[in-house]
Amino acid sequence: MNAISIQNISKNYKDTKALEDISFEVQNGQLFGLIGPDGAGKSTLFRILTTLLLADKGQAFVDGYEVVKEFREIRKRVGYMPGRFSLYQDLSVEENLSFFATIFGTTIEENYDLIRDIYVQIEPFKKRLAGNLSGGMKQKLALSCALIHKPTVLFLDEPTTGVDAVSRKEFWDMLRSLKEKNIAILVSTPYMDEAVLCDEIALIQEGRILKIDEPQSMIHQFDRPLFAVKTNDTYKLLKHLRLKPFTHSVLPFGECLHLISSERMSAADLQDQLRSEGFADVIVSKIKASIEDVFLELSHKTEGHV
Amino acid sequence: MRRLRFLIQKEFIQIFRNKALLPMMTLLPIIQLIILSNAASNEVKDVRVAVVDLDQSELSRALSNKIVANDRFSLVATPFNKKEALDLMQLDQVDIVLEVPSDFEKQFYRGEAPQLQTLVNAINGQQATVGSGYLSGIIGSLNGEIRAKEPMLFPDLAKPNKPIVVTSNNWYNPELDYPHFMAPGILAELTALLTIVLTAMNTVREREIGTIEQINVTPIKKWEFILGKLVPFLCLGLLLLTVGLIASKLIFDIPMRGNIGLIFAYAIVNLICVLGFGLLISNFAETQQQAIFVAFFFVLIFVLMCGLFTPIDSMPKWAQYATIPNPLAHFISVSRKVLLKGSGLADIKMEFLYTFVLAILFNTAAVWSYKKQE
Repeated sequence: MNAISIQNISKNYKDTKALEDISFEVQNGQLFGLIGPDGAGKSTLFRILTTLLLADKGQAFVDGYEVVKEFREIRKRVGYMPGRFSLYQDLSVEENLSFFATIFGTTIEENYDLIRDIYVQIEPFKKRLAGNLSGGMKQKLALSCALIHKPTVLFLDEPTTGVDAVSRKEFWDMLRSLKEKNIAILVSTPYMDEAVLCDEIALIQEGRILKIDEPQSMIHQFDRPLFAVKTNDTYKLLKHLRLKPFTHSVLPFGECLHLISSERMSAADLQDQLRSEGFADVIVSKIKASIEDVFLELSHKTEGHV
Repeated sequence: MRRLRFLIQKEFIQIFRNKALLPMMTLLPIIQLIILSNAASNEVKDVRVAVVDLDQSELSRALSNKIVANDRFSLVATPFNKKEALDLMQLDQVDIVLEVPSDFEKQFYRGEAPQLQTLVNAINGQQATVGSGYLSGIIGSLNGEIRAKEPMLFPDLAKPNKPIVVTSNNWYNPELDYPHFMAPGILAELTALLTIVLTAMNTVREREIGTIEQINVTPIKKWEFILGKLVPFLCLGLLLLTVGLIASKLIFDIPMRGNIGLIFAYAIVNLICVLGFGLLISNFAETQQQAIFVAFFFVLIFVLMCGLFTPIDSMPKWAQYATIPNPLAHFISVSRKVLLKGSGLADIKMEFLYTFVLAILFNTAAVWSYKKQE
């Protein structure tokens, strides 16, 4: 039995299609990433799976229980961390934790070993009000509260949004270690660089799933030549490259452009060609695709179809 | 049960940690109680009178003097014609104009029933009706005095029948002390209002901050959530009532003739009722702002139609029926009856019954409308 099983879930908000025919499975003990930009429908899916929202069509099972009919069972055994910090800001760290423990009919002591690694980091501040914690500590507290009743499935909706880079890394390390305790984790994030840390990912955009696979194999399957092109006048080069016959797609990527070519060519040839065409300072290098390249390529393709 | 206890405990921690809430629940009501009980008075004092004396006789002067002698009236002007007097009324300098016609004295002694005219500024309804009533009383008594003093002039009254003497006594509030009458009502009003507003805001706040999202994914049952809100605020309401009663006793020395326990027993039912109403509002509001507006809409209706400022008996029939679902009206009625009149349970059983039914209705609706799922 899978931890999460989603079958053809659709949800509309009036005329807006939030989710369209979503299906995927999350295995027990798997760290599954839902990767997509803001407004892709990630939170809507989370709210359906955590029994807060009813889907228009389709079925979903969490830990073997159907989300509509057996919501009571699900609420007993899932941990949910909403995208927005949702603990009581005017209660202390300790009060929040024991409140959520009691609500689930357990105590901090009973499941302490599950949260120990995370909780020790915030324990020195246990008398501090949750509202006065830093962003990273808030996330750790929220994760502790979501774990305190020993859930079988953990839902983390954009847990690292608005958290600094160091805390983000720490947070993902914690998720890896939770996986070993056989807790299935569904995590959503708009940060593509976090995708490779998951066992399996689903790329989602505008309510539709673009692709589901392991991140490495997704990168591996990306077979077109990819170049990073750097120049001072990025905009001019972008316009220039768009007109080239070999250009499959070109998109700005930080301070350089990522060019996907439809023809096999070498970085040196391309660089020479562009230099001769007036971009004297251009530097071209062949690069390995990242999940972001995969995502942009896929979303490009779907837009092309529409 | 353990879960409910923790919900209540959590709410109490939050209440005590909120620096504004406790002073708001104790100090502000006392200030309001003092101000409103003293200010909200139906007594008519200082009615400004202008006398247009066209007669300028002994009798007309006696009448003016009698009016001036009464401390409810002050004679502000004695214009020589009616137009001047009406100008003064237009400028809002007089409330009542009394016109004494020429030949007033002559007609009076001839037994011709002279006509006096009073013109009342009815912009202030209370001042007008009560003031002109008092004035008629003064004129009537002057009339009687003169007739009694000079029986020869009124031969037909040579053997007058003794007039019927009415002695009246104000029961339950013998000195007509307005604070005694107002304080219990205002206390009931404040207790109910603050609890409605606070509960209406509280649940919405959880929605605004997002904590309700976290709560909804837990096995907390709806009734546990509602009860977890209700019990702490019930305690807060009772605290407010206690503080208010002590303050009223110390400051206004209001009588406490009935059983104070009965007041508290009724207050519990009433508070549960208004708390249910507050929770009901907050279930339908998205933001605290919405909750406040809706709460104020009902609170204003409750206050203006609860019999505190306008007696329910003088309202039109439909409005009298409309006070039945108004928990405030029952609370005020009970607090006045028990405190001033010393009523027992049997005398307030209808209030108890109505409030009890309302409490069940509001709270059932509150539990029912609290949705954990969209």
